[in-house]
Amino acid sequence: MQNTSLESLIAEAERDFAACANINDLELAKAKYLGKSGALTEAMKGLGKLSNEERPAAGAAINVVKQAVEASLKTRRDAILLAEQEKQLAGESLDVTLPARGQAKGGLHPVSLTLARVESLFNSIGFDVAEGPEIESDFYNFTALNIPDNHPARAMHDTFYVDAADGSLDYVLRTHTSPVQVHYMQDAIKNKSDMPLKIIAPGRVYRVDSDATHSPMFHQVEGLWVDENISFANLKGVVQDFLQRFFERDDLQVRFRPSFFPFTEPSAEMDMSWNGGWLEIGGCGMVHPEVFKHVGIDAEKYRGFAFGLGIERLTMLRYGVKDLRHFFNNDLRFLQQFGR
Amino acid sequence: MQFSEQWLREYTNPAIDTEALSHLLTMAGLEVEGLESVGAEFTKVVIAEIISAEKHPDADRLQLLKVNIGAAEPLQIVCGASNARVGIKAPCALVGAVLPGFEIKQAKVRGVESFGMMCSEKELGLASESAGILELSLDAPIGQDIREFMGLNDKLFTLKLTPNRSDCLSLVGIAREVAALTGASLALPNAEAVKVTINDSKVVSVVDKEACAIYSGRLVQGVNAQANTPTWMVRRLERSGLHSISAIVDITNYVLLELGQPMHAFDAAKLSGDINVRWASQGEEIALLNQQSVKLDKDMLVIADHSGAIAFAGVMGGASTAVSDSTQDIFLESAFFTPDTIAGKGRRFGISTDSSYRFERGVDFSRTQQALERATALVVEICGGQAGPVTLVDGTLPVRVPTKLRMEKLNSILGITLEESLVAKLFDQLGFAYDLKAGVFDVSPPSYRFDIAREEDLIEEVARLYGYDNIPAVAPVADLRMLPDSEGRPARHVFQEALVANDYQEVVTYSFVDESWERDLLANANPIKIKNPIASNLSVMRSSIWGGLLDVLVYNLNRQQTRVRLFEIGATYHHAANSTYAETTSISGLAYGDALPEQWGEVARSVDFYDVKADVDNLTFGRATYVAAEHPALHPGQSAKVILDGKAIGWIGKLHPKWQQHYQLPKGVMLFELDFSALQQRTVPAYSEVSKFPPIRRDMAILVDEQVSAGELLNAMNVAKLDFVTEIGLFDVYRGKGIGENQKSLAFFVLMQDSQKSLVDADADKVMAGLLSIVMQQFGAQLR
Repeated sequence: MQNTSLESLIAEAERDFAACANINDLELAKAKYLGKSGALTEAMKGLGKLSNEERPAAGAAINVVKQAVEASLKTRRDAILLAEQEKQLAGESLDVTLPARGQAKGGLHPVSLTLARVESLFNSIGFDVAEGPEIESDFYNFTALNIPDNHPARAMHDTFYVDAADGSLDYVLRTHTSPVQVHYMQDAIKNKSDMPLKIIAPGRVYRVDSDATHSPMFHQVEGLWVDENISFANLKGVVQDFLQRFFERDDLQVRFRPSFFPFTEPSAEMDMSWNGGWLEIGGCGMVHPEVFKHVGIDAEKYRGFAFGLGIERLTMLRYGVKDLRHFFNNDLRFLQQFGR
Repeated sequence: MQFSEQWLREYTNPAIDTEALSHLLTMAGLEVEGLESVGAEFTKVVIAEIISAEKHPDADRLQLLKVNIGAAEPLQIVCGASNARVGIKAPCALVGAVLPGFEIKQAKVRGVESFGMMCSEKELGLASESAGILELSLDAPIGQDIREFMGLNDKLFTLKLTPNRSDCLSLVGIAREVAALTGASLALPNAEAVKVTINDSKVVSVVDKEACAIYSGRLVQGVNAQANTPTWMVRRLERSGLHSISAIVDITNYVLLELGQPMHAFDAAKLSGDINVRWASQGEEIALLNQQSVKLDKDMLVIADHSGAIAFAGVMGGASTAVSDSTQDIFLESAFFTPDTIAGKGRRFGISTDSSYRFERGVDFSRTQQALERATALVVEICGGQAGPVTLVDGTLPVRVPTKLRMEKLNSILGITLEESLVAKLFDQLGFAYDLKAGVFDVSPPSYRFDIAREEDLIEEVARLYGYDNIPAVAPVADLRMLPDSEGRPARHVFQEALVANDYQEVVTYSFVDESWERDLLANANPIKIKNPIASNLSVMRSSIWGGLLDVLVYNLNRQQTRVRLFEIGATYHHAANSTYAETTSISGLAYGDALPEQWGEVARSVDFYDVKADVDNLTFGRATYVAAEHPALHPGQSAKVILDGKAIGWIGKLHPKWQQHYQLPKGVMLFELDFSALQQRTVPAYSEVSKFPPIRRDMAILVDEQVSAGELLNAMNVAKLDFVTEIGLFDVYRGKGIGENQKSLAFFVLMQDSQKSLVDADADKVMAGLLSIVMQQFGAQLR
């Protein structure tokens, strides 16, 4: 076989390969040159007929052609594979803007969002969280808090009474979270806990009152700090710090007004600056010595402050909720606004 | 406590305006909760006398008036009021006057010039309705500004007084406080004794001279009970929220407002015999002035005569001796009852009066006589009559014990440093007498203060006068110690977030519920009842949250929601031993509608037992087991007790179809409720070595009877703890073709692994044979 005809195979193979549209055709075309009876295989077989002198040069010439044909084959194969992959990818492409599938996410009640923030802020300065019963004895709800029977302050608390089988009125739905103070201090004395006592007590409270601005059930958080040298100035400091952090407003002003609670003295109402005016936000004061006496804390050695804040009030101000009743209607269209 | 600013300023008139006065009171603890003008604002309205009235030439209903406003010439005014007539005096709005809602201009009315307008109360914003122009008294000074004449440049203050400040339940008391706060001088009303002109008197005896520490009274004879109450008094009463009733009643009310001393006037003709102040006998009846008839308890004090109780002492007078238009002789009473005597007594009958309100908080016992003289003087002046001598029974007055205030304690409680001299000055302002020795004040509280008995009371007074605003806000200095944080006791928010992640919306429902929910859903025949519920459907304490969740479900289904998933964490309430009560914190969930939100690419299906079971597994960190059991609220074939650490901690199941129908719910409702405290336990992770050798998986399908519990079967294989077994899982349940009636096929995979070597087939065969033998022996299973 002459070199010229051998060399012409390169161009011929390239043409054939180029004509192949897919891998199968390409494999068939490959057989024509490199298969068992392909042109180049045949040419290699023909080497045996040549003399020993001719054979190396002829062999080398065939190899050159063979390599060229194989290179051409590879190029074409790669091209076909790439095209096929691209076609497959094109076929698999999605509309990535279609909505996601699967389970949706629920949400927390806005009161829970506030409680979580309150707990977290007070935790950050070492307040623990305490809880107490909601069906509370008259003693803890009133007497231990220096509100004896017939005291006019009882009229300030429109109290729900539990209807006992024996007709007694010994149990009430707690009208405030302050009884938790008493339980906590009693336990602390019993367990010989170290001072200071620093707790917040969040929870449900109840008053016989129901209109646009009062709910028969609502939430309060009580705070208590008892130590040897805690003062009214500290009370102002902690409450102001909390309100500024809670509302994320350093310019928020807190105003304390003299007031009266039987279980604190001096007592104060806390007002917060809001939209150019003042809003009542809770009550507070220095723990009354009678309360300390009831729990067995030495009022000469120790003093403490206590405060109570309305959770719904904080929530309404924080999120701009206008109507208290939303919190207890549990309309999903309202609640879902607070999903996170 | 509501009052007129003008009245207050008659006693003390600090050089501050209304707003400043309001702020001062609020910041001193006498919260001003209302501040309003008397009537509307208007200008240029004067008193005019109608001097002529003629018919309008072109209008039947109009008159041409000539009115005298004190100017050189009378004004011509066209007026449509039918009561406009010659001789009367009425307010006249001049040209340029601005009335509520409009302005007066010179105008032609049906062709006749009119130079102003005669005004009705409605037009001046003094009443919402009025008939005709406002007729003024004939002595009203012509030309005077009507605002001045009627005292309209006044403001109404409403104080929200705390129970400790009974001393401010009178104008004199508030004036005293304002004077103390501002340093302004105080001029109190006339307190001269009335001249006694008759000798008649009543004999008075007092049984308990501690409860009734002072009783004083006197007869006034020959009064005109039908005399008109003077305008100035009516005005002051009205501006304190009291209506004028009759001159005598008005006078007693006026003295109550002025001095804070409750007064009572009996019709002397209706009294029989001597006056006796005594305790009521149990069940003693009295008809009160408010038409209410009550049966008194024996701890209630009464004023009695020979006929029996004639007044509920300190609370309300009796109907039998009430003054009327025909009354000619009265017996005026001014007494002091201690707070304990009166506190809570009227409330037993739902009665709270201006009198009981003051007595139970404390009335100034040094002014009892002054009040009697004041009332007598007003009666004689307004109703005429002859005053008899005062009968006075003195008892044991409350003791005002000197109270110590240590400067050191004061400063340490307040967290500031005040000087002795400043504190002394504040006590001077308050009118508190004191001795000062070595940093200790010994303070004698005045008779009108019932809230100064201990050091803290004085600290509060000093802080109040010094100004809470002047005490700085100081961050406390304290030891820094971390709070405990138990990893094995996850906090509430962990569970809240877990349910939120599974598409549950948290709700907050009332702790009190409809009794029927307890009865029907929970078979609770004896729920904890509320004595005074706010509504009959909120009358018992819940023992489960399910009722509330179902209620929220219905509420939202009525608002076109179709898929509702709710949870709540809160207390549930139970009876406990010895007539006490116990509370459990429960975590409760409800799932209704499709398992997944409506979406493309997924076939919609309703949420079922196993979906909610996954959520409960999630809350129990996969540690719970389930035992089929029946619950009154739940479908008997789709409900289970949830067991954790061998203890039943709650329920899961589908709402019973009868309740589904009862609540008119189109679809089934899945519910769960667990004892929250039982969930708050998690094992702290403990490391075990990860095997280097490959695991082997073998599958096994068995046939069992339909009633065999898959959970028990799995449990039996697990508790056998065969060597190498790391996990056994159920991956198929099949019934139908090729499976016998009342049988099911369960298919399990078993994962095996050893930490020391690669397992061979023989090891696996041995394990599988062991497992098969367990299920064959215990559950009658056959290899499929």
